[in-house]
Amino acid sequence: MFKLSDKILLLCVGEAGDTVQFAEYIQKNIQLYKMRNGYELSPKAAANFTRKNLADYLRSRTPYHVNLLLAGFDETDGPGLYYMDHLSALAKAPFAAHGYGAYLTLSILDRYYRPDLTRDEAVDLLKKCIEELNKRFILNLPSFSVRLIDKEGIHDLEKLMPVGAK
Amino acid sequence: MSGKYVFSTSVCRLYQVEYAMEAIGHAGTCLGILANDGVLLAAERRNIHKLLDEVFFSEKIYKLNESKSRYIIYNIVETYGIPFLPSHRYLLQYQEPIPCEQLVTALCDIKQAYTQFGGKRPFGVSLLYMGWDKHYGFQLYQSDPSGNYGGWKATCIGNNSAAAVSMLKQDFKEGEMSLSSALALAVKVLNKTMDVSKLSAEKGVYRDTCIQSAWSMQHMQQC
Repeated sequence: MFKLSDKILLLCVGEAGDTVQFAEYIQKNIQLYKMRNGYELSPKAAANFTRKNLADYLRSRTPYHVNLLLAGFDETDGPGLYYMDHLSALAKAPFAAHGYGAYLTLSILDRYYRPDLTRDEAVDLLKKCIEELNKRFILNLPSFSVRLIDKEGIHDLEKLMPVGAK
Repeated sequence: MSGKYVFSTSVCRLYQVEYAMEAIGHAGTCLGILANDGVLLAAERRNIHKLLDEVFFSEKIYKLNESKSRYIIYNIVETYGIPFLPSHRYLLQYQEPIPCEQLVTALCDIKQAYTQFGGKRPFGVSLLYMGWDKHYGFQLYQSDPSGNYGGWKATCIGNNSAAAVSMLKQDFKEGEMSLSSALALAVKVLNKTMDVSKLSAEKGVYRDTCIQSAWSMQHMQQC
């Protein structure tokens, strides 16, 4: 997970090396914007900037093979989650997942998500997803780090460790 | 050589830039006023030949995008279309309208480059920019051929601009100007600085205002 600004996080998965290269490139550019102009990019603008870069590289000899989730809190628009895949598609979504785990968790999220979830309910929903992975996913994933963004900024929540996983 | 590189022995001056700024002083007056609820730009319209077929509604004020910035130019051929590039390049990359000051900076960087590199002459253009963005609200900027710019509460460029600015200095009330009182002030100042005895729609004063979500472009009422 990469901190793009005080209120924006970027999660980057995919090809080894591409992930860090691309995410750091975006991160430094976002910080440069803040230094040049005195104010930060909004999450929506940051997401579109990331997508545009991914799209431009996609059509070059050196595409980045990464999948991204961008989460941010905007003063006027509130919280926002942006899903981006390696073909440079961008969508603002209430919930999202990448990878094989997505096959298992998206249905859980679909079933239990409500737009008016409280913070604790959202964490519970996340726990449900992880339990599902623990039960049905072939790989053993013992621990998940969790971060939350609200109007105060980015907070580290306690690690989630499903029971029975080592 | 262009004459730009001629320096006097004691003072370092760029004459081409100074000549450009002096040329601006002969062009039609143009003033901008920042009010509490918007920004106002008013420009004198000079080409009022009867046979002229009016293609543009206004030859001098251009809208850059929905929520902001218009600008007034002198010597249309020189800069028409140039501001659209930085503003739409930003929109393409961020899917958001460009913040005012960033647009001003982008244009002024171009103008400054013409005073230092390439051996070309500077743009004979002064611009007034008005707009709104979420960072600083309503804003008014002025830039000149040297590439210098400043943010203003009220300012004027073109013919008799010094007289207009001193009038504005006296009559502009900080924090108390509404768009309608700004309009009244603009008319009063233009009356003094323009050569005509009476301002009217035909003599051509265009006024343009920036309100956060709505644009209006109107002829001046008979005054």
